[in-house]
Amino acid sequence: MLDVSVAYNRYKFLGYEYLTWLWFVMEKDQEKIRALAPEAVSLEIGNRIVLENKTTDAPESITITGDDAGLEEGMLALRKGAIVTELNLLLKTGEQQWQFTLKGEGLHFAGFKTPPTGPVESREDLEGAVLEKAYLCGRAIQCMDKLFKTFITLRVSEEWRRKVVPRIKQWMHA
Amino acid sequence: MGLLSRSVAITRYRVEGKLKAPILDAMARCLKEHTISEIDGDVSDKAVGWTSFDRPFDPDFEGSSFVIGDYFVFSLRIEKRAIPPKLLKKHCAMEKAKRLADSGRQYLSREEKNMIRDHVRNVLTLRIPATPYVHDLIWSYEDASLLFLSAQKSAGEELEALFLRTFNLSLIRLFPYTTADLTMGLSGQERDVLLKLEATNFSE
Repeated sequence: MLDVSVAYNRYKFLGYEYLTWLWFVMEKDQEKIRALAPEAVSLEIGNRIVLENKTTDAPESITITGDDAGLEEGMLALRKGAIVTELNLLLKTGEQQWQFTLKGEGLHFAGFKTPPTGPVESREDLEGAVLEKAYLCGRAIQCMDKLFKTFITLRVSEEWRRKVVPRIKQWMHA
Repeated sequence: MGLLSRSVAITRYRVEGKLKAPILDAMARCLKEHTISEIDGDVSDKAVGWTSFDRPFDPDFEGSSFVIGDYFVFSLRIEKRAIPPKLLKKHCAMEKAKRLADSGRQYLSREEKNMIRDHVRNVLTLRIPATPYVHDLIWSYEDASLLFLSAQKSAGEELEALFLRTFNLSLIRLFPYTTADLTMGLSGQERDVLLKLEATNFSE
């Protein structure tokens, strides 16, 4: 395998493309999300998107925040060549909800909120809460792994260039 | 950031290699050998070590206290002491003035100024308490996966270095390339394609 620090910088774009593809899939193909991850009733954009346009001489960063923020500026930025670098997501299954920001560069999570765990009053409660938290974190992570696997399998196939990219461009310019 | 906090940050790792059996004994021995040392009362400006998840300021790795269900759960603790530059400057100026007054001279040599600076730094270090930073982790030994409850680059680097020193096992951070290459079950041919990928231009 490549040196880790070289690989981190060389392939940052994969994380950004993943988040851009994810936005496209959420907008155009919720059925696909349900098919890939049956445990996810829905995956929606939360309260924050960060985009960066590195195609210009002076790279631009566009941040859209707020629970009811319009995404028109984000779409405009995409049309001008920006890509998504951070995405806040709402994952819902039944009555449970997870919210987290996925960072494209490192594929790590920030502000990761799971459904609440039980109160801790004793050592047994603590162990139970840890196991519950680990389980809840794991469910959301597994769901995102399935989506990443779909993305990366497409990305290393001819289908990416032939079908997926044209559809994403069509969506951006619709 | 605590595992049971309402909101957490998560960085994912893959653990390369296995401990020698019996695993629980090896874990306890390694964790005890690299338990955080208190630096209050000495002149160190930083300490890094393991601590107990449920007792971060009174670590205890006896028995299987670090085992919860199928997971190893413990914490990285970093103690840092930083002397504010303006405080250092003030006390150096006071010490220099005192030295000049005592000796009746008008100037101090560069060597004397350096000695005063080192002396003042040591004195202040002993007086300023270290600030603790605790980052929990969950290690699923069978899955060779580890969740580190922090997204700070510096904390991640400390974790990777201490983990290797402690267990003689490498941690590979899972970012886009390593996630794709190591955990997604790509074929050899797909991994070759992955290696050659270039960024997509969506605006063309």
